[in-house]
Amino acid sequence: MEILKEAKLNIETIRAEFPILDQQVNGKQLVYLDNAATNQKPQRVIDALSHFYQNDNANIHRGIHTLSERSTAAFEATRAAVQTFINANEVEEIIFTKGTTESINLVASSWGRKFLNEGDEVLISALEHHSNIVPWQMICEERGAILKVMPISQNGEIILEEIENLLTERTKMVAFNHASNSLGSINPVKTIIDKAHAIGAKVLVDGAQATSHLHVDVQALNADFYAFSAHKMYGPTGLGVLYGKRTELEKMPPYQGGGEMIKDVSFEKTSYNDIPYKFEAGTPDIANVVALKSAIEFIEGFGKENIAAHEAEILAYATAELKKIEGVKIIGEAKEKVGVLSFIVEGIHHFDLGMWMDAKGVAVRTGHHCTQPLMDFYCIEGTVRASFAVYNTIEEVDIFVGALKATIEKFKR
Amino acid sequence: MLDNDMEMMISYVMELGDQLPAMPVSLQTEGNIVKGCQSKVWLSADMNEGKLLFNADSNTAVTKGLVSILVRVLSGRTPQEIVDADLFFIDKIGMNRFIGTQRSNGFGSMIKQMKIYGLAFSAKTDA
Repeated sequence: MEILKEAKLNIETIRAEFPILDQQVNGKQLVYLDNAATNQKPQRVIDALSHFYQNDNANIHRGIHTLSERSTAAFEATRAAVQTFINANEVEEIIFTKGTTESINLVASSWGRKFLNEGDEVLISALEHHSNIVPWQMICEERGAILKVMPISQNGEIILEEIENLLTERTKMVAFNHASNSLGSINPVKTIIDKAHAIGAKVLVDGAQATSHLHVDVQALNADFYAFSAHKMYGPTGLGVLYGKRTELEKMPPYQGGGEMIKDVSFEKTSYNDIPYKFEAGTPDIANVVALKSAIEFIEGFGKENIAAHEAEILAYATAELKKIEGVKIIGEAKEKVGVLSFIVEGIHHFDLGMWMDAKGVAVRTGHHCTQPLMDFYCIEGTVRASFAVYNTIEEVDIFVGALKATIEKFKR
Repeated sequence: MLDNDMEMMISYVMELGDQLPAMPVSLQTEGNIVKGCQSKVWLSADMNEGKLLFNADSNTAVTKGLVSILVRVLSGRTPQEIVDADLFFIDKIGMNRFIGTQRSNGFGSMIKQMKIYGLAFSAKTDA
């Protein structure tokens, strides 16, 4: 097994690559546990960004001068790196967007306008982030289609047996997340994709919480679309990727119109460019795309399996510690989870908990985590969520647990 | 100044909240919820001898504390005084950092709602 062969990750060395971690918040050492919201950037990503603006910055694709050539090469090098990262068949199947949300909106709108008709069905899950709910609600309303929801168990796992009952000959799209941002549950992606394909539906996977630590092979999964965000995998903010099978992307009309996505423009008729450019209107987020390559190298350098193993250790420890505290209830106990730990405390509102944790230097997230339907399922307003990345340590979990215990004590008085 | 010690600040704010007179459950209605808060904050207003009296509550201790500060300062004033109020004290006692972005704790929303009541009741008095 790879993990046993490799030496354990040297977390101290890794942490040294993240200058932001070395700071005080409210007089206490920062303990950053909000990685599902966004994770921190290693120095090499920050350097790549600076280097680009200091040396190579120019608009891409159009210029014939040297800087433009260099800039274009750097930009397209990232596209190739992403292709390898998720094992896409062709580099043209990688589209750069503003993030997972835009990627999903692109498919919902562009694919939806062409392939979703009145009475058709879109199936999502009860675990979904609003970004994988609202775009489908919008397009279903526009097209007269019906939105259906895969139910989940109390553990926070999609009930596979129920899927058969929900898939019909009218189901055209099944959209769900690879891993839940609120609960951490890892979904049986391949199984669900196969079921969807069996009845002729397409599949979009929201991989925002997966790409930093789970193995993603879009060909093995046979996903039609896979969306993820750079900033949740140690990369820059404002950037994401949509992977789509060539056969699907070529059938879809453009999402946004403008420069880059065209072949020829005249007032009589405009023809559109080939993929991926057909879906990349305007000047893209060049610098951040270039910097993303360094984030991919960071992850692959340490190995996803090693990152996942480390996070699993942190999660297991934190979960065990939390279970010892009276009044703490963990929300979401799927058999397989990414490093996300959501919980509530009896008698103390999550907002108050979050404020206290911040006062002690611990950054956690509170509220509905953009998954209001999921919170409704559990009949709660929200949770406190601690989410881990490769640079988090056992010592940090101890501080977090200590801060939580001290806060609970305060409210007892 | 309180802005050096966040824990002390939160403790203090929560203690202030504890001192807020209880709001009758009958007033904790959907219509009295202040929009724009992460927590639930209820706010109602009544005129009494030309002065506007506020009743407030919240489902989180910190926000209850924050709304109680505003009630302390603004309740019992004339509607016009509330409309004209310049809440400089927040800065003076070092609470700016604590209040943070208006969006996250709705402090701005609470002030706005109180001022709207002030405006509404001052219009009533004028009429």
